[in-house]
Amino acid sequence: MGDAAYVIGVDVGGTFTDVFVHDEKSGTVSTVKVPSTRGDQSKGFIEGIGSKVEDFASIRTVVHGTTVGTNALLERKGARTGIITTEGFRDVLEMRRRDRPTTWGLRSHFEPVVARRDRLEVSERVLADGTLLQAVDADEVRRQAHALAEAGCDSVCVFFINGYANAANEQQAVEAVRSVWPTAYVTAATEILPEIREFERLSTATLNAYLQPIVSSYLDRLQDGLRQRDFAGDILIVQSNGGVMSVDTAKSYPVRTALSGPAAGVIAAKAIAEAAGFDNIITCDMGGTSFDVSLVAENEAALAPQTAIDFGMVVRTPMIEITTIGAGGGSIATVDVSGLLQVGPESAGSDPGPACYGLGNDRPTVTDANLVLGRINPDRPIGGKLDRLDVEAARHAIATHVSDPLGLSVEEAAEAILRVANAKMAGAIRLVSIEKGHDPAKFAAMPFGGGGALHTGALIKEVGLASALVPRFPGVTSALGCVVADMRHDRVQTVNAMLGTLDAAELGREMVAVADATEALVRRAGIAFERIDRLYEFDMLYMGQTHTVAVSVEMPETGLTAEAMSAAFDAAYTEAYGRLLDGIAIRVMNYRVIVIGRRPHFDMAALAPRDGKPAADCRIGTRRVYVDGAFHETAIYERLSLAVGETVAGPAILEQPDTTILIDPGLVGRVDEFGNMIITSTGS
Amino acid sequence: MTVDPVTLAILKGRLEQIADEMDATLFRSAFNPIIAEAHDASHGLYDAITGDTLVQGKSGLPIFVGVMSFAVKAVIEKAAERGGVHEGDVWIFNDPYDGGTHLSDFRLVKPVFRDGAVFCYLASVGHWHDVGGNVPGNYNPAATESFQEGMLIPPVKLYDRGAFQQDIVDILSANSRLPTSLYGDLNGQINSLELGEKRLHALLDEYGAETTREALATLRTRAATMMRACIDQLPKGTFTAEDWLDNDGIVDEPLKIALDMTVEDGRLVLDFTRSSAACRGPVNISRATTVAACYVALKHVFGDVPANAGVLEPVEFRIDPDSLLAVTAPKPVGGYTETILRLIDVVFQAVAQAVPTPAMACAYGTINALSLAGHRKNGARWVMFSFFGGGHGAHGAGDGLNHGNAPISTATIPPLEILEAAYPVRFTQWTLRPDSGGAGEYRGGLGAVYEIELLEEQADVFLFGERGKYPPRGVVGGGDGALNRFHYQQDDGEHRPPMASKMLGIDLRRGQRLRLETPGGGGWGEARNRDPEAIAADVSAGFVSPEAARALYAVVVDENGIVDAQATAALRMREVA
Repeated sequence: MGDAAYVIGVDVGGTFTDVFVHDEKSGTVSTVKVPSTRGDQSKGFIEGIGSKVEDFASIRTVVHGTTVGTNALLERKGARTGIITTEGFRDVLEMRRRDRPTTWGLRSHFEPVVARRDRLEVSERVLADGTLLQAVDADEVRRQAHALAEAGCDSVCVFFINGYANAANEQQAVEAVRSVWPTAYVTAATEILPEIREFERLSTATLNAYLQPIVSSYLDRLQDGLRQRDFAGDILIVQSNGGVMSVDTAKSYPVRTALSGPAAGVIAAKAIAEAAGFDNIITCDMGGTSFDVSLVAENEAALAPQTAIDFGMVVRTPMIEITTIGAGGGSIATVDVSGLLQVGPESAGSDPGPACYGLGNDRPTVTDANLVLGRINPDRPIGGKLDRLDVEAARHAIATHVSDPLGLSVEEAAEAILRVANAKMAGAIRLVSIEKGHDPAKFAAMPFGGGGALHTGALIKEVGLASALVPRFPGVTSALGCVVADMRHDRVQTVNAMLGTLDAAELGREMVAVADATEALVRRAGIAFERIDRLYEFDMLYMGQTHTVAVSVEMPETGLTAEAMSAAFDAAYTEAYGRLLDGIAIRVMNYRVIVIGRRPHFDMAALAPRDGKPAADCRIGTRRVYVDGAFHETAIYERLSLAVGETVAGPAILEQPDTTILIDPGLVGRVDEFGNMIITSTGS
Repeated sequence: MTVDPVTLAILKGRLEQIADEMDATLFRSAFNPIIAEAHDASHGLYDAITGDTLVQGKSGLPIFVGVMSFAVKAVIEKAAERGGVHEGDVWIFNDPYDGGTHLSDFRLVKPVFRDGAVFCYLASVGHWHDVGGNVPGNYNPAATESFQEGMLIPPVKLYDRGAFQQDIVDILSANSRLPTSLYGDLNGQINSLELGEKRLHALLDEYGAETTREALATLRTRAATMMRACIDQLPKGTFTAEDWLDNDGIVDEPLKIALDMTVEDGRLVLDFTRSSAACRGPVNISRATTVAACYVALKHVFGDVPANAGVLEPVEFRIDPDSLLAVTAPKPVGGYTETILRLIDVVFQAVAQAVPTPAMACAYGTINALSLAGHRKNGARWVMFSFFGGGHGAHGAGDGLNHGNAPISTATIPPLEILEAAYPVRFTQWTLRPDSGGAGEYRGGLGAVYEIELLEEQADVFLFGERGKYPPRGVVGGGDGALNRFHYQQDDGEHRPPMASKMLGIDLRRGQRLRLETPGGGGWGEARNRDPEAIAADVSAGFVSPEAARALYAVVVDENGIVDAQATAALRMREVA
């Protein structure tokens, strides 16, 4: 390991596997994009690394953002899984929280990932205050486990009602199951999430069990494949919370990888922005069918306590909060019967894709509008899938479906499509910023993925954002995120006690003990940290409420006090709702302990252009581009050739293999010292 | 001046976002779970002159879409009598005869001024935990006058030109069993209105009042156009449906809800004149509520129509003023949820006759408002109040959803662990109910079985439900869902309420249990046309018993889901003969 020099980030997406190689000795980086290998992602993974690094023994760490778990959930290709539960509650998973997927129209259906015949009950009961009403019978548990194994279940989840308040019965049952279960795949619900709310806990634990055989065997193949190439370093996996975990932790808690890939992208965006001096950004990832935004305020990515992967598939673990709306390059524009122009949520995706792909869709999309207006180069499509784009097909689609019904020219109609799409994206940005109490004028938009940089100028104007920051390699952002992510573990425990009567000092000691144990887990990963941070939080609420407020507290040497907790709650509640409610008792629902191992700093200067050219020398021609109601003869630049400090005034188009950037009239772009393109108003 | 189509589309989104954000603010800060968890609340923007709905939030309770405009109209009329509206005023009231629904729903209405005149009204409605009356939680099945259902507050000023009227809050608090909850919810609603006003002003600063007003008018016209286009998809003619309420809780006689739906060119007539007369008990509703319920039903059928007043322009209502669908004070209306669910059922049934393929069968059709109330050892009062779920109807493309929420709401049920942590009860069962979904080519979704045991010394139990005698209907030849059933234990054994699903003041003791078995949805299409594989899967899952498979589907199958093809053929042969 003495010569080990490489830290490698690998992001496996549906189409491409992106590899980001950082040579710590020389301080250089390189990237490569190879096709993903469906069926066994580890092949493309290893080939991708192999194309950049000959000697795998020289790799110190491989960090991986994976979609194996995400895809297994979305495509429902997890293992056959059984559930052993409290008598009377076999249907908790299927009954959900008595919801429905859409407000209007009662035409929905739900199929839980565990069939009813594989959900078995045992006699046992714990009450809400932790009282053991009926002990569990280990023999009965073993009988049910046998029945599930014989029926063909590969994985099993044990879940008892009120297990969060007293896990004794559940733990005994888990031991009984493990004593007879033919595989290592036994999930205990309270080990995954010792938090009140039965459906959310069971759903999370069940999905963990459902994923475990798939994700574990994938990670085994990955480890074996790397070892065969003499790799002797560590493998880390990106979690949905934006932190990494060891490969062993990932095998025990695969559900934490549910949003691994997208989380890595946000982490990279945060790191790039921080280096460039931007503390507040809104990331914008525009794909074929969706537009994903997330918010980073004062260098912290916003976390959501839970998310639904699909209707009824709830995962309750902290995740990078990503808000998705149906507005992507493939979103279809229609005029409804009342004459109103709509864009999305219906999408042509990437197959058949926009009309200009010529693969069978003849309805206009956002990409078609960009093409017709000259914003995309038809001879240089990004992504490398097609040789050229069919402008006439795009024109025809817009003429038929939008121009004619609205009485507009094709260009006017195309611009209208973009304005409606931009307004939807602006709405998503408002949702994560203004609605959460943030002033958009303090934020910069950071587009990554292929399509976002065409729209950022419009978003700056529409939402009143300060600027936009287009990273140098927007197409490999997630792989970069793997390299810079910290190690992070989130722990939660339901307390459910009144602040006025609980023993704060004792509670504080318990939290410190949990933090100690978690820190030991972090240290066991064997990788270097600059330092280890601990965060302590409570979920608190006024008695009678059901929604909690997240309250951060310090943990002083002298111990935790109820007064300090109360003051912290007042501050958090005031910030959330503006007014306190005097005289109402305060309840403590959960505590949270977060341990973060800060990994060594990655110097973003490694990404900077080394021998850039003046802007005039990067100009590769002009094109007629339609902006603000008229065609402008617009200069086209080779983006990656621009030297640090060069500026380009709008209207201008910047091209590079993985994205196209539009600088609108009235805006100007400048290359910063890291190679990012910073776009601002000419005035500022 | 007309607004260009692009600005129009953008403004539509921006205005909806304001209403949505008002919804979200109240859900997060409300005290009582009926708002916080069940989202029994709504927000919107309403016309400055007529009170008509301009824009409504998407996440609030569907039934409020349409009923809220009546509330704003009531405030406009009252204000005209009392010296007009002023900047900084906020009106509050819960009069159901003016504002629709029932006494539990408190409405706050605030004028937004622009350039010295009212630009529009913002309104917030939320279901409060307890508003007095004879029954905690206010579902009083024995009420014969609204006075027994709770306090009735006419439109009064909560803020007068910006000055907060603490007197009003004192009166409200003194009339509730749960004043803290009331105070918390009221604050949440004020927060929402303040936020909505701030957001609206920002939008008006950006786009100008004139453009925005023009856009709102255009959106209304377009909604009417869209609704006419939807109506024109239905075949012309009159389609008739009748359904029943079990009783009114006082007199054990069924009440008829009859609809004659006539489709004409770009026009729909909903004629309810053959429905029963006003009744003594609390299943009456006001005309405002009837109109709003039909709007909900139509929006389930035609999902794309927008949420503004234009939608009802092409719809004509014929409602007898003496019927139970158009009552005035003080006729009791506390159980309005049951009646509007039946209205939705008859609309679904009439539509199914007109166009079978996109049609939906009836959902479980009862809210099952169950409350348990008592005192803890330390004397503190507790009230556990919740609604329970059931099956959705099957539809032309698939089986109904198991354990869904009511068509009039998007409410979720509180987690049972939260209920057990908050109240002295434990659930002994929380499962799907076999054989409750109506048989059909597509099967109705399953209802649920909830069994609850009391852990304290004593509690009084109240239930307000329906579908105990008349099951949720199937359509297009599909079978009915199972009836609602309620049992409660007493020292001398198990009992069922004389009024099937309505009862007050059941004296429950420690260790005794309640058992609520909720209906499934109706089926769609002939049961004989159901795929035998699907029947076998239903039996193996325990959704359908082998006995029911034989009786309803004429399929002989064992409990493991193995079909006996020979016996099935023989059975079907016999039945044909």
